[in-house]
Amino acid sequence: MRGAAVWLRRVFMLLVPLYLLAPIVVILGVSLNERKVLFFPPQGLSLAWYREFFVDPAWSQPAINSLVIALFAGLVAISIALPLAYAAWRYRVRYARLLVGLGLAPFALPPVITALGALVLWILLQSYGKPYSVVLSHGVFLTTLPLATITLGLQTLKPELVEAARTMGAAGGTVFRTVILPHIRPYVIAGFTFAFVLSLNEYIIAYMTVGFTVETLPVKIFNSLRYGYSPVMAAISFLFFLVAVVLFGIVGRVGDLPRLLGADAPE
Amino acid sequence: MSRRSPGERSGPWPHLLLTWPAAALLVLFVVPLGAMVAVSFFERSVASFFEPGFVLENYVRALTPFNLKRLGVSLGLALLATLICVLVAVPFTYLLTRLPRRRQVPYLVLVLATLSLSEVVAAFAWSLLLSRTSGVSNLFVWLGLMQSPTSWSPGFMAVLLGFVFIALPLTILLLYPPVSRLDNELVEAAGTMGASPLRAFRTVVVPVLRRAIAGSTALVFIFVLGAYVIPQTLGRPAQWTLPVHITDQAILKSNLPLGAALAMVLLAASSVVALVIVALGGRERRLK
Repeated sequence: MRGAAVWLRRVFMLLVPLYLLAPIVVILGVSLNERKVLFFPPQGLSLAWYREFFVDPAWSQPAINSLVIALFAGLVAISIALPLAYAAWRYRVRYARLLVGLGLAPFALPPVITALGALVLWILLQSYGKPYSVVLSHGVFLTTLPLATITLGLQTLKPELVEAARTMGAAGGTVFRTVILPHIRPYVIAGFTFAFVLSLNEYIIAYMTVGFTVETLPVKIFNSLRYGYSPVMAAISFLFFLVAVVLFGIVGRVGDLPRLLGADAPE
Repeated sequence: MSRRSPGERSGPWPHLLLTWPAAALLVLFVVPLGAMVAVSFFERSVASFFEPGFVLENYVRALTPFNLKRLGVSLGLALLATLICVLVAVPFTYLLTRLPRRRQVPYLVLVLATLSLSEVVAAFAWSLLLSRTSGVSNLFVWLGLMQSPTSWSPGFMAVLLGFVFIALPLTILLLYPPVSRLDNELVEAAGTMGASPLRAFRTVVVPVLRRAIAGSTALVFIFVLGAYVIPQTLGRPAQWTLPVHITDQAILKSNLPLGAALAMVLLAASSVVALVIVALGGRERRLK
């Protein structure tokens, strides 16, 4: 029986990563084709398709759009999540709890419904297609992530630490700056990274709000799928994966990833 | 918990802090949902998206046998994909959290990176992986398992594989906190009493985590049910789920009211199923 358990463990720990990596390996292979073919394994090796992505404005402009939107959406998400998580943790205000529930709710809705809601809102506000509409809609939709990480961070903060600072006469602002903020900083950074990367990759909200005015990279790829596949799309897809691995890798390097994802019980 | 100590005055601070989050969540999250409900009763207008009114026609059209069949397909596919995700993710997450923390990091980075991967990229990658020219069938031919390479996309299997691919990382991450916090002593105790690791997993770990598993299952189900790009790209019309038709009506056919009514039907169905799943999880179960 123990043998079976060990064997099962190996299979699981190998097959799940393999399943998640298989499509990535194929897009990497296809992106290296020398000619405009979609062979795997690739025929000839070339980085020309990566070059095309960076020099062809038809691809680099959507990339810039996506990066700018993701940056501001991430900031919007933090601007909502940080004061909300802090106030709900620090003060006994009844509606703060309610707002936290509301901030976590977007992830309990089918994505297509959030997107359709955003479409209706911006039409009513006569801002359909305006660049800021996607920034704000992404920001609110993705605020769930920093809200979850920052709340987690505050929950793992030792109450004695805050108590001690107060006993020694530190004012509210000082306690926040010198005790609370340093403790939750990695959770804020992780939350921002999640929101940023997810905004960068998000399709349906971007499509429904600014799909016809500001092309983001996922929208551009999706539109191009209809006109036939090209290795440049595989190159971009692989870059998406690479960016996520690098960013989360940095978070994992600098911070304690298991802890940031909730491995520790609340204090 | 570190609530404010007794006697401390909070003054206007909490309200000032909460102004922007409250305004943002109300205007950008609550109002849109309310507006969508309203629009589902509006009349269609090609010139200006919709014309205010109160008609039930959209719901009559949303509940035609055709759309109900689409709903059935959507629910069936989402349930199947969710079931596979949970069956894989529960043991995987358990095994992952029993590793030393340092060794968990590469797995977690991979899970986070695939979780955040655009649905568009996932759909594109799987259509390549299942294609004739660059797909796995070539590998099977090379291994001598198949005669000639074939294409498996679009089709039922392609949609299912795509759904599981986008939802599995989410399932793992949702399960990660409760499974991590699971007391190792419980399992060790079961082991001391002669239970094999597999038996301990089945009779101790899973029952203790029952509620957490049910909650995660409900969220994953909702996430899969709301996906648009995977069924649109990897499916044939037979696998097109309700989100494909919602987007189709709202954007391409300029019938936002019908799109909104379909969205309400989807929301109602997803809420019912999610609540049933959570109820199946039951209350916190104590060990006998």
